[in-house]
Amino acid sequence: MQELSLNILDIAENSVRAGAALVRVAVRAFPAEDRLRIAIEDDGKGMDAETAKGAADPFYTTRTTRKVGLGLPYLKMNAELTGGAMEIASSPGSGTSVEATFGLGHIDRAPLGDMGQTMSLLAGANPEMDFVYELCVCADAADSADSGGIAGHADEIGRFVFDTREVKHVLDGVPISEPEVMAYMASHIDENTKELITAYKI
Amino acid sequence: MKSLEELKALRDKLQGEVSLRGDGDDKTKVLVGMATCGIAAGARPVLAEFVEQVAARGLKNVTVSQTGCIGICQFEPVVEVFVPGKEKVTYVNMSKEKVARIVADHIVGGSIVSEYTIGSCQS
Repeated sequence: MQELSLNILDIAENSVRAGAALVRVAVRAFPAEDRLRIAIEDDGKGMDAETAKGAADPFYTTRTTRKVGLGLPYLKMNAELTGGAMEIASSPGSGTSVEATFGLGHIDRAPLGDMGQTMSLLAGANPEMDFVYELCVCADAADSADSGGIAGHADEIGRFVFDTREVKHVLDGVPISEPEVMAYMASHIDENTKELITAYKI
Repeated sequence: MKSLEELKALRDKLQGEVSLRGDGDDKTKVLVGMATCGIAAGARPVLAEFVEQVAARGLKNVTVSQTGCIGICQFEPVVEVFVPGKEKVTYVNMSKEKVARIVADHIVGGSIVSEYTIGSCQS
């Protein structure tokens, strides 16, 4: 895939199928560390330890369940190609989190790409679910972000948050799946993150 | 810069229109395959283009959404168009550039773009 936002769309589709109500996507750049972290967290049905372990293996997928497929192995490969790694944390009933780390300036790292399209599509095609997207450029070490998980971060250089719950509140009953609303969300995200993405080559 | 104020204006505009519409059965549905195979083949810009075109033309009885892997990964991106009372039409090897014609000819005009369908592809 030519953009990381396509990998993110693909992984978030797993969350859709896992019956999640809320999916959080966090993209954090750490220029000082030359790291880019992407986390996708859901509150879906989760996986047992064995399934979670096998999920990143393209040859693991059992044909009867078709739970995962090639999406996670693909993201893992892309991360490892840039000197990074991918981790999956999951347990039945408590959701799944996927975190991939990339070398921010690595020549083999695909650009983040069009997150506006990814998020507006997810939100519009799954109106009963909620999605949060956070883009953050952080000043301090990547490791210190571990404790905070996907929540707020202290030393932010720049941050943008998109939350479909806010959008739905404003929409006041107008479906989020309306094509004009989807087009709005895509350009809203694009216009508000363009500057950070260009400045830090995300 | 797009702001929430703009969303409010959009809401006010749509609130009047949405209430006038039927509730699903009389709508034309466009479904784009969005499994790993579809996404890797370029399904996302295709779906985004359908959304843009439907929004720009202000088509009120059309929904654009996604579906999973339809099982014909070699033909991705795949798009299914359901016009009420008509048989499903499956478009294959889709690109952003093909979208405008499908919207104009098929969804608005009612005539299928045969050369983009799976039928013409297999012959």
